[in-house]
Amino acid sequence: MRFEKNDMTKVEAVIQNSKLDAVKTALQEIGVEGMTVLEVRGHGRQKGHTEVYRGREYSVDLIPKTKLEMVLADTMVEKAVQAILGAARTGKIGDGKIFLTRVDEAIRIRNEERGEAAL
Amino acid sequence: MQKRLIPGLSLVLVFFSLAQPLLPQTAAPAAAPASASSDTNARLARLELQAADAKSSADNAWMLTSAALVLMMTGPGLALFYGGLVRKKNVLGTMMQSFALMAVITVLWGLFSFSLAFGSGNSFIGGLDHLFLRGVGAAPDGDYAATIPLQTFMVYQLMFAIITPGLIAGAFAERMKFSAMMAFMILWSIVIYDPMAHMVWGKSGLLNAALGGRFPTLDFAGGTVVHITSGVSALVCALYMGKRLGYPKEPMPPHSVVLSFIGACLLWVGWFGFNAGSALSAGSLATSAFVATHFAAAAAAVGWAGAEWLRNGKPSVLGAISGSVAGLVAITPAAGFVKPMPALVIGLIAGVFCYWMVAKVKALFGYDDSLDAFGVHGAGGTLGALLTGVFASSTVNPMFKDAQGHTMPSGMIEGNAHQLLNQFVGVAISWGLAIVGTLVILKIVDATIGLRVAPEEEIQGLDLSQHGEEGYFWEPSA
Repeated sequence: MRFEKNDMTKVEAVIQNSKLDAVKTALQEIGVEGMTVLEVRGHGRQKGHTEVYRGREYSVDLIPKTKLEMVLADTMVEKAVQAILGAARTGKIGDGKIFLTRVDEAIRIRNEERGEAAL
Repeated sequence: MQKRLIPGLSLVLVFFSLAQPLLPQTAAPAAAPASASSDTNARLARLELQAADAKSSADNAWMLTSAALVLMMTGPGLALFYGGLVRKKNVLGTMMQSFALMAVITVLWGLFSFSLAFGSGNSFIGGLDHLFLRGVGAAPDGDYAATIPLQTFMVYQLMFAIITPGLIAGAFAERMKFSAMMAFMILWSIVIYDPMAHMVWGKSGLLNAALGGRFPTLDFAGGTVVHITSGVSALVCALYMGKRLGYPKEPMPPHSVVLSFIGACLLWVGWFGFNAGSALSAGSLATSAFVATHFAAAAAAVGWAGAEWLRNGKPSVLGAISGSVAGLVAITPAAGFVKPMPALVIGLIAGVFCYWMVAKVKALFGYDDSLDAFGVHGAGGTLGALLTGVFASSTVNPMFKDAQGHTMPSGMIEGNAHQLLNQFVGVAISWGLAIVGTLVILKIVDATIGLRVAPEEEIQGLDLSQHGEEGYFWEPSA
């Protein structure tokens, strides 16, 4: 496969469920036009919790989280990271993480636009 | 037409002739008052018939409503309650266990089970006089309920016969073959339910308190017949069949407490039909049973959730609804015999006691009574049956009369300590019949059909392995 290397970055942010609206709004305000949101389960350093059903304890260590994915032009990335940090932080364990990955190519399915034009 | 006229006419004549001696003998125009009074008497006779008719209609309306309420306890009540407690791969299989009984027990009841339970037989089982519902029509049977058609009584009792085996399913949830379950339930209904119902409620039954049984056991709506038999059989099933694969190492939390919540609330409402309906009439006894039922359910919810709150620091929803069911179980034998305050006491004790049975005793012995059929129905039913002997009040329901027709004390607190002994006998017979009968049936079904699904089917879940469906179908395009 042949494609050009573009200056794009995938931003993945795992955040608290309750922070989705705040983060989404903050990202929209700085001009992020698209994102994919997933309901996920996982754990980092945050410990799980226990649930008790009829006296039996179950430990739940995979905690429900929300994951946002978006691919941005490199010029946008730092602003987006700041927006997420500002909106998602509570200062407690369990606030989540942001991962940045290089992306070489993006293709719009409708008209086969490529690169930043496809974002 | 003529046939209908003759009884009516003779009734008028009877009243006329009875009234004759009371007529003033002096009046000169004798003809006029005589015809006036015969008119009055005819009117009276007609009124009496109409009054009896009206009472019968009122009672019948409540009993048909109650029958529908009790059916609602099985489906969707019990089906949702149990369905929510299992893992999601078993939700349909569990609901089907309840629903299948609605169909199959109904067929059996029509063919012969009603006769075995309520026909005239010996002390232990009814005869075959009502085979195929022969003689079960619009006419009441005065021994059971004088104001409602025997057919209403029959269909009301059917709903009890449906839910009782359904309760056992909580013990072997998530691991029994559907075919084996059906065979077990059919045999259980015939070998255990029908005789037990006959002994406690049937004509000349050994334990029947209303119709002069040898050991009059007070059981208003089925503490022994329904809850002890099913609960104790559940324990036998859990012990005989063994644990679910992975229990207790793997976590098996309820897949939807939401479903269980809806189910428990439907059970609570349905129980008004179960207990207040057991008055078999729409009068004040039904009110009394209704009130006792409600109070016990509420107190038990407080008891269970409160005990949990003290022990775990949090009151759980599952605890509160389980508590209400435990209270409803415990008040079942007592509902038509106790006043509201004793009902509160019975409920409160039942809530705490059943919580302890489920959270502590089960863990101590390590049996896998998956949905706590024994911990709630066996334990709560036994507790309720014994406490009925303590709290039964002759003011609420004058059950025992001496030779002169004076009301005798009912329960221990009123001074009839002997009643507690009779309750023990009733409890012991229910336990004994449930243990022995269930063991024999399990052996038979195990030897012929096999009780458990194959391990790979158990891992796959009952929904797919037994029914070829899924409760929660997932498809990307949907």
